[in-house]
Amino acid sequence: MDARTRTVNWAAVNADPRFRELHRRKSRFLWGLMAFSVLYYFLLPLGAAYATELFKVKLWGPVNVGLVFAWSQFLVAWGIAFIYARRANGEFDALAAQINRDAMAKATRSAA
Amino acid sequence: MKARHRVHMVLAGALLAPGTIFAQAGGAVATEFRWLTFTAFGAIIALTMFVTWLAARRVKDASQFYAAGRSVSGIQNGWAIAGDYLSAASFLGIAGLISLYGYDGFMYSVGWLVAYITVLLLIAEPCRNIGKYTLGDILAFRNHPKKARTVAAISTITVSIFYLTAQMVGGGVLVKTLIGIDYEVSVIAVGVLMLAYVIFGGMVATTWVQIIKAVLLVTASLLLVFFTWLPYGFSLPGFLEAAVGDPKVQMQVAKLLGDPAATMSAAELGQRFLEPGLYLKNPIDQISLGLALVLGTAGMPHILMRFFTVPTARDARTSVLWAMGIIGGFYILTLFLGLGAAINVGAGKISAIDAGGNMAGPLLAQYVGGGADSVLGNLFLAFVAAVAFATIVAVVAGLVLASASAMSHDIWVGVIKGDRTTPGEEVRAARISSLIVGVVAIVIGIAAKGQNVAHLVALAFAVAASSNLPAVLLTLYWRKCNTAGIVLGMTVGALSAIALVMVSPNMTYPNAVRAQNQPVIAAAPAKIAAAEANLAAIINDAERASAQNALDNAKAVLATAQAKIAAVEGQTTSMVGLEAPLMSLRNPGIISIPLGFLCVFLGSLAYRDKRADEMWEELYVRQNTGIHAEGAVAH
Repeated sequence: MDARTRTVNWAAVNADPRFRELHRRKSRFLWGLMAFSVLYYFLLPLGAAYATELFKVKLWGPVNVGLVFAWSQFLVAWGIAFIYARRANGEFDALAAQINRDAMAKATRSAA
Repeated sequence: MKARHRVHMVLAGALLAPGTIFAQAGGAVATEFRWLTFTAFGAIIALTMFVTWLAARRVKDASQFYAAGRSVSGIQNGWAIAGDYLSAASFLGIAGLISLYGYDGFMYSVGWLVAYITVLLLIAEPCRNIGKYTLGDILAFRNHPKKARTVAAISTITVSIFYLTAQMVGGGVLVKTLIGIDYEVSVIAVGVLMLAYVIFGGMVATTWVQIIKAVLLVTASLLLVFFTWLPYGFSLPGFLEAAVGDPKVQMQVAKLLGDPAATMSAAELGQRFLEPGLYLKNPIDQISLGLALVLGTAGMPHILMRFFTVPTARDARTSVLWAMGIIGGFYILTLFLGLGAAINVGAGKISAIDAGGNMAGPLLAQYVGGGADSVLGNLFLAFVAAVAFATIVAVVAGLVLASASAMSHDIWVGVIKGDRTTPGEEVRAARISSLIVGVVAIVIGIAAKGQNVAHLVALAFAVAASSNLPAVLLTLYWRKCNTAGIVLGMTVGALSAIALVMVSPNMTYPNAVRAQNQPVIAAAPAKIAAAEANLAAIINDAERASAQNALDNAKAVLATAQAKIAAVEGQTTSMVGLEAPLMSLRNPGIISIPLGFLCVFLGSLAYRDKRADEMWEELYVRQNTGIHAEGAVAH
C-alpha cells in the first residue's frame, strides 16, 4: 500500500507534545536568526550613509572599516547558514523523523 | 596647489581619454579574432545541446518535465540555483559597477547573497514538503484551489516577464557589443536556444544547462582573478594599494566628484574609491532595494521551483548551503574583477564601450590574456563572452520554465481542466506553454530594443517581495491566513509596486532628458574643435591614434545626446502622463512590501474561509515533518 494513501490524524500529530516541542524550538531559533540577519544586513547601507567617517577609518594599508564590514556580511551570512544547517540536520531532523515514523505507524493501524 | 594642478591635468586627461577602438569594428572583438568567439560559443552550444538530447529521452511525464523527477542531488541543485540566479547583471553588471564606482558596487552585491538566508530559514524546506511543481501548488494547499492558482499564475507570469524582458534586452545588447552581430539576431538566437532546452529537455535539461553555466562562470572568474592578482603576489593590501595608487582610478574619482575633487590630493582621490557614496546616494532607496532583494528572492517563482527537484527537504537545505557558498564566493571574486578592470583597463575605456560598465569583465579578460592584438587575449575574451552568453540562456530557460508551468499546471490543468488530465496531456500542455512564453519573450525582446530595461530586474524583485512572498509566508506560518487574504494581498502588492515604479524617476521624462542633454550639445562643438586642433598638431603616429579616438569620442558624445533628445521629440510627459516623477524613490519595496503584508492580514481577517482553517493543521504538520511529501521518481 502506498504510504501517501494512508490517512493521518493531523490534529493528533499537531497536539503531540513532541511536535509542540519541535515547533517551539524551531520557531524561536528561526525567527531569531532571521531578525539578526536582517538587522546586520541593513547596518551596511545605514552605516555607509550615516557613519561615513567610521567607514573611512583605515585599518590595514588601504583596507578600511567599510570594506571589512562588507566582507563580514559574507562571513555572517555563511555563519548563519552553517549554524542553522547544523542544528536542523541533527536535532530538528531527528525529532521530525520520530514524529513522522509514529504518525505513519498509527495511520497504518487505523487503516487496518 | 601642486595637488590641484595634478587634478586638472587628470581631468583634462579624462576628456581626451583614449576611447573606443572597438566601437568602429562593431563589437569588443576585432573582426580578425571573431572566429575564436564563434568557436567558444559553438562549443558551449554543442555541449548544452548534447545534454538536452540526453535529457529529452528521460522527460516523459509531468514530474520529469517540471521537477526533473525530484532526483537532483542537493549539491547539484546548489550549483543549479547559482546558475539560475547569477544573471548577466551579476556577472557583468556588478563587476562593471565596481570598476566604475569602487566600494558602492561591492556593497550593492551583498544583498543578493543575504537574500538566501530568507530562502534557507523560512521558505525552501516547507515548500519542498508541501509543494509539487509551482507557487500555485503551495498557495492552493489550504486556500481555495482555483482562486489561489489563478492569482499565483498571474503573479508568476508577471514577475517572470519583467525579469525575462530585462534578460532578453540585456542579452541582445551584450551579444551585439561583444561580437557585433545584429541585436534582433542575438535576441532570436538566445530565444531559440533556450526554447530547445526547455521544450525538449524540460527541467532535466534546464538543470544541467544551469549547472554547466555555473561551473563555467566560477572557472572563468577564478582564472581571471588568479591572473589579475598574480602580479601582486596575492597580497591583499598590495593589490588594493595598486588600485588606490592608479592614476586611472584617481581620474575616475575626480570625474565622479566634480568640483570637490579639486582640493583633494591624488592619494585621497584613490582612497576615496574604496569609500561609500560614489554611486548610491539615497540610503532610503538602498534600504528599499535591500528589502526587495531579501524578501523577493524567496518569492521568485523560478527559484522556488528549483526546490521541487530534490528528493527531500534535507536536500533542499543542502542545496541552499551550496548555492550560498557559490554565490557569495562569486561576489567576493567580483571585487577583484572590478578593481582589476579599473587598474588594467581603466574606467574611461570601460564606459566608452558600455556606459553601464558591463564590458569590464570581458575587457579584463582580454587584457590579462595579452591585450587586444594577441591571440591569447582574444581567446580569453571569447571564453568569457561565451560564458556570459551561457549565463543569459540559463537564466532565461529557468524563467520560461517557471511561467510555462504556471500556465500549464496551474491554469490549464488546475483551473480549466479541474485536475483531470493524463500525464501525457500535461506534458504536452507544458511544452506548448513553453513555446508560447518563449515566443512572447522573443517578441518583447525585439520590441523593447533600445529601451532602458535595467529597472525591470529591480521591479521583478519588488513585485515578488510585495505579492508572492507575503502570500507564501503567511500561508505557511499564520493560522488565520486565507483565500481572501492572499487574493487581496497579491493583487495590491503587485499593482502598488508596478504603479509606484510608473511614477518614479525610472521612467523617461522628456523635459528632464532635454534639460540634461542640451548643455552637452551646446558644449560639443568647442570640444570637437579642440580635439581636431589637437589632432592636426600631432606628428607622431602613436599619439595620432589616441587623438583620433578622442575626436571620435567627442563626436559620439554629441551624437548620443542628439539621439536622446530626438527620442523624446514633441513629448512633454512620461508614459503615464507626468512631467516629473511623483516621488524620488527608484525602488518601491519599502512602500509596496508592507502594503502587500497588510492586505493579506486585512483580507484574511475580513472574510472567513472554512477550508483554509481546516487545512491548517495538516499544512503545519506536513511542512515541519515532511509526512506525505512528494517522493523522488525511481528510474
